[in-house]
Amino acid sequence: MKNNPVIIDLQNISVSFGEQKILNNISLQIHDGEFVTLLGPSGCGKTTTLRIIAGFLNPDEGNVIFEGKNINGVPPYKRQVNTIFQRYALFPYLNVYENIAFGLRLKKMKEKDIQAKVKEMLELVNLKGFGSRNIDSLSGGQQQRVAIARALAVDPRVVLLDEPLGALDLKLRKDMQVELKNIQQKLGITFIYVTHDQEEALSMSDTIVVMNNGEIQHIGTPTDIYNEPKNAFVADFIGESNILDGIMREDFNVEFEGMRFKCVDKGFSQNEPVDVVVRPEDVDIVPENEGMLKGEVTSVTFKGVHYEIIVDINGFKWMIQTTEKSEVGDRIGISVKPDEIHIMKKSEYSGLYGDYSSFSEEFDILSDPTVSEEDSE
Amino acid sequence: MKNSSVIQKLINAPYILWSVLFVIAPLIMVIYYAFTDRTGAFTLDNVKSIGDYLSTFILSVGYGAVATLICLIIAYPFAYFLAHTGASFQRMSVMLVMLPMWMSFLIRTYSWMTILGDSGVINSFLGRFGIEPLSMLNTPGAVILGMVYNFLPYMILPIYTVMAKMDGSLIEAAQDLGCGKLHCVKKVILPLSVPGIVSGITMVFVPSVSTFYITQKLGGGQINLIGDVIEGQFQTANNYNLGAALSLLLMVMILICLGVLGYFTDSEDEGGVLI
Ligand SMILES: Nc1ncnc2c1ncn2[C@@H]1O[C@H](COP(=O)(O)OP(=O)(O)OP(=O)(O)O)[C@@H](O)[C@H]1O
Ligand SMILES: [Mg+2]
Repeated sequence: MKNNPVIIDLQNISVSFGEQKILNNISLQIHDGEFVTLLGPSGCGKTTTLRIIAGFLNPDEGNVIFEGKNINGVPPYKRQVNTIFQRYALFPYLNVYENIAFGLRLKKMKEKDIQAKVKEMLELVNLKGFGSRNIDSLSGGQQQRVAIARALAVDPRVVLLDEPLGALDLKLRKDMQVELKNIQQKLGITFIYVTHDQEEALSMSDTIVVMNNGEIQHIGTPTDIYNEPKNAFVADFIGESNILDGIMREDFNVEFEGMRFKCVDKGFSQNEPVDVVVRPEDVDIVPENEGMLKGEVTSVTFKGVHYEIIVDINGFKWMIQTTEKSEVGDRIGISVKPDEIHIMKKSEYSGLYGDYSSFSEEFDILSDPTVSEEDSE
Repeated sequence: MKNSSVIQKLINAPYILWSVLFVIAPLIMVIYYAFTDRTGAFTLDNVKSIGDYLSTFILSVGYGAVATLICLIIAYPFAYFLAHTGASFQRMSVMLVMLPMWMSFLIRTYSWMTILGDSGVINSFLGRFGIEPLSMLNTPGAVILGMVYNFLPYMILPIYTVMAKMDGSLIEAAQDLGCGKLHCVKKVILPLSVPGIVSGITMVFVPSVSTFYITQKLGGGQINLIGDVIEGQFQTANNYNLGAALSLLLMVMILICLGVLGYFTDSEDEGGVLI
């Protein structure tokens, strides 16, 4: 994918609405045929980024480059970019066929070619024979397919999808994820996909762009993002993480919780304060006397495939995912392998995430009179 | 379940009483009068003599159609631009559009007499420049003006309502698929505003066709529309039976017009637009 030429290049894009800065100096290169996902919490500027690429919004600063040409100010209808809207935005007064044919008619295509193209699209999205149906007689999933067919019918170079599966139920969502990915691979066109569902992002994307507060936090492949998160925000947003304060004593050696640990990271200055990430599934439970760290189990939740266990170690609450059951009150030890310790530079997000104290909050409030006093005020 | 249906009935009761009292009863009386003579015996004479008023009917429909068309031409762009301005300006403009509706219909029409009259506002203004008074009152133009002026808000409001609640993402979707600005009006905005247009046409055409007050005041009795004829039958000729027969025909005609219009819209969309 990275060998393909760059198709869209966002250069230092900034946007404000009034006083509020919505996008802050966004730079992003997207390659032809790539499946890129913009991932981030609500209000972080994902839709705004898409609207800039589609041409509905012009950036206050920065350039949008399409295949080497600056397209700032080029109106949406002249861009080879098509959007699949979150709430489908199908034309209610046209039937399925005419909705899909909408863009083709604007291109003044011959009726015969339109027919062939619509037929092809209906087959692509598994809606053969639905051509004459009214839009409001379709289910949500079917409307979604029509929206996809309508956008793809005009042979876009880039398709923008703004939380396209947001309104579908879980089962349908999973099916559509697979289907969308298949369509993208079959047609070989670039997809820019917006979601705030991290699982969806991890399973579909070639590249994930994690955003927060109008800034890009991390760009990378799903495995990069999961295994080597750039900062505490990314580590916390993608999957579950225990994030601890640490000090890099030297290359391959980090100290946290008053203990020295071997790790696989290097290139930090000596004694640099860092954030240490350990994924819950990477923590092994061992008998107390064999553990690198020891603590007491404060909560156990059955999650189907595994148990989610919260362990209090020197006041910091770790989350551990394991298939072996423990009981609340058990004293256990934990052990972590060197390559399962990930070191991050300190950032503005340090200390905000990665402690699971809130998991046993009721517990804390009951046992901690100061908290309940504050609460009742 | 049972409980709620009793409550339902109680809630509906005043409405049903209202319709019986003020809609169904008068309708039955109109039908009764239309098919009886002065003595109360059944007859078809009234209905047969309607034929004599065919030209009046056609003239009325003509006036109504012209007034409706002019209203539509004025209201559509107005509603469009109104719906695309700032929220506070919109509220104020809608207020201004509705303002005349709070004033008596009679006074509004009367005031046009003083504006258009031979010694009215316009002519006395022109007179200062030595221009001969124009005779504007008692012309077809004055009647049309009166209809347009009185009924324009009824065209603007429903169209404005559909415009204001139009889903912006549909317009964006169209642009995205290659629609220029002007094309968008034709391919998206117009079809989406059909329900508003239909309501507007109905609410302007029906009162225009059946008006008598506007023709009397601004047409000076020279232009006789079907409303005038019906009013004459009741007020002057005292022939309730012919008046009722003519009313009945007017009603049927209006129903047919509504039916034709309704054909152009999805029945489900229509209700939401009226208010
Ligand atoms: N037209 C606008 N005027 C003012 N503020 C806006 C406008 N559009 C978006 N915003 C603000 O910009 C911020 C980013 O919005 P955006 O729609 O890009 O978020 P998002 O990442 O898509 O969120 P979500 O996941 O909820 O869709 C939000 O705080 C929003 O309130
Ligand atoms: Mg959004």
